Amino acid sequence: MQKIDYCDDGQFCSGHVACAGCAEALSMRVILNTVGENAVGVVSPSCVAIIVGGHPTSSARIPFQHGTLESAAASASGMKRALRAQGRDDTTVLCLAGDGGTYDIGLQALSSAAERNEDILYICFDNEGYQNTGGQRSSSTPMSAVTGSTPAGNTTQKKNLIEIMAAHRVPYIATASPSDLSDLAAKVTKAKTIRGTKVIIVIIPCLPGWGVADDAAVKTARLAVESGVFPLFEVENGVTYRLRTTEKPAPIAAYLDQQKRYRHLSDEDRQALQDDVDRNWQRLLWLAAGE
Amino acid sequence: MNAPLKNRNLKLLNGNHAVAWGVRLAAPDVAPLYPITPQTPILEKLIEFQSQDLFDAELLTPESEHSAMASAISASALGARVFTATSSQGLLLMHELLHYAAGARVPIVMFNVNRTPAAPWGFWPDQIDSLAQRDTGWVQLYCENPQDSLDTVIQAFRIAETTELPVMVNHDAFWVSHSVEPVDLPAADLVQSFLPRVKRSVQMELGTGRALSAPADQASWNLSRRDMDVAMHKVPGLIDAAGREWGDLTGRVSAPVETDRCDDAEIVFVTMGSMAGTAREAVNRLRDTGIRAGLVKVRLFRPLPVAELRDVLAGVPGALVLDRNYSPGTGGVLHQELKSALFGINEAPNLFGLLTGVGGINVPVETLVSLAQEYRGADPVSDPVWVE
Repeated sequence: MQKIDYCDDGQFCSGHVACAGCAEALSMRVILNTVGENAVGVVSPSCVAIIVGGHPTSSARIPFQHGTLESAAASASGMKRALRAQGRDDTTVLCLAGDGGTYDIGLQALSSAAERNEDILYICFDNEGYQNTGGQRSSSTPMSAVTGSTPAGNTTQKKNLIEIMAAHRVPYIATASPSDLSDLAAKVTKAKTIRGTKVIIVIIPCLPGWGVADDAAVKTARLAVESGVFPLFEVENGVTYRLRTTEKPAPIAAYLDQQKRYRHLSDEDRQALQDDVDRNWQRLLWLAAGE
Repeated sequence: MNAPLKNRNLKLLNGNHAVAWGVRLAAPDVAPLYPITPQTPILEKLIEFQSQDLFDAELLTPESEHSAMASAISASALGARVFTATSSQGLLLMHELLHYAAGARVPIVMFNVNRTPAAPWGFWPDQIDSLAQRDTGWVQLYCENPQDSLDTVIQAFRIAETTELPVMVNHDAFWVSHSVEPVDLPAADLVQSFLPRVKRSVQMELGTGRALSAPADQASWNLSRRDMDVAMHKVPGLIDAAGREWGDLTGRVSAPVETDRCDDAEIVFVTMGSMAGTAREAVNRLRDTGIRAGLVKVRLFRPLPVAELRDVLAGVPGALVLDRNYSPGTGGVLHQELKSALFGINEAPNLFGLLTGVGGINVPVETLVSLAQEYRGADPVSDPVWVE
């Protein structure tokens, strides 16, 4: 048993309406408590907006604006500029969005904010699809995964958002997982000390969307990390890659077996996914060694 | 009525630069701006002012008008005074967020330069871009000339911040945006005292745990529109009061609906924007020939100042509605609006809906003079008429 190293001073309230067992709520609890009370936020329409809650309630202590799906990063930019004009530049501006609002419809606004290096902390809860609308594919959905709009399995690769953001040369990018909350808290803490655009992508296994048991969200996330499907790493200034471990990842079989969305795969399909993961891992090692 | 020339600070400005001067004097905190013809000179002039330390707003130049409006909404929700400007395609791209801004009750002031939307592509004066936004919940004002644009954009900040409604001020592409006229610049301290920094109810105050625009149930959504309705009803009176006070300060009085030579008129032009200037001259020429013509300039379009319109148009025998816009399937938007505004009143005028200048075609004074001669004493026509 690992002791989670972060201070919970009640920034995330009980009574939120996440699905029972959802690891996104767990991640939000750590993020909001680590960000602290001197912050304002924007949520884009997604599971995270549902978890923050409906009018007139809010599960967060900091004020949140429920923005539009394509404009989370633009809204956050406006907030930061208003705070600067008011002499409150020390206030953190937090963006919480899903992968649809980040990889797809919100990418243009995110790219623009990143290009201007707006001083915002952007968190993408990546559950690899439009899970809040019942589970359709997004450009973050991996190859072969079954979704409501890819009943025979997705036929395209998951978009590599990290390298897209790295190409913007933003000061800080990280991946994180609810299976390692101390690491998540440490990355949020580090991001708070950096001026400019910070992007953290948190893997969120979606219980109904991925077909994962109610008590298996954290375990599935851990298998994603340990199998190299979703490795934990940081990118500083778009060029300095730092991996949490360079040990050879475990095979992906145990990760796939947790989920109904991969149940239809043949042995050849599974091997093709393993080959993709291996190639991505080799590339990551190469990027990390590239200094 | 106007102050003596020697007391005025006259400068030759085109309409867009007059707007930029008005915005500089109003001193917003945040200004997200995206370029588009023919709005761009507003953006460029404000950035030039900033480079000269004459304007110290936080300027954002995002990748689209959609993001410009998203930034504007969030900055305003934190209590900042916010300005943005756009035109045509840019305004249409913002459409989703225009509804959002009004529903969130953020008092943004936006200047829109009226331009034809594609397709086909065009860059010409036509008001359908903003008129198509009439149901979004923005106050809409239309300006006749550069001086009107400067005065109105300053007053717009007061209307927005008093009502917590966003305000869109419009002028016509090129006829106003790029036409140079002498413009009287009010003193900075005059504008400062006209636009005091009022303590607004800031929606996103730190430590409140409140969420702005969170998903609401049916009753709460319904209530949000009832609240907007109450605020909208206050607008004509506030614009009238602001116009009178501005008149005391500058010698230039304005009102939601302005009239010229209407008292004994047998036929009046009703129009918005730069067409009012052309109609003003047509009225003078018609009067010279013995035809008792008049002008009704609709400065405030949303909320539609129904009481004022009924007041000025009751008892007038004929009204020619000049629409520089076309709503396919119905006709001119102002014509439709007037038909409903005047419905059921005693002594309603015979209304004629004339599609004049759609797509930016030129409408000379002579055309308006002959239209008045043609329709004077005519029976009413329900369908709109295309004017060559």
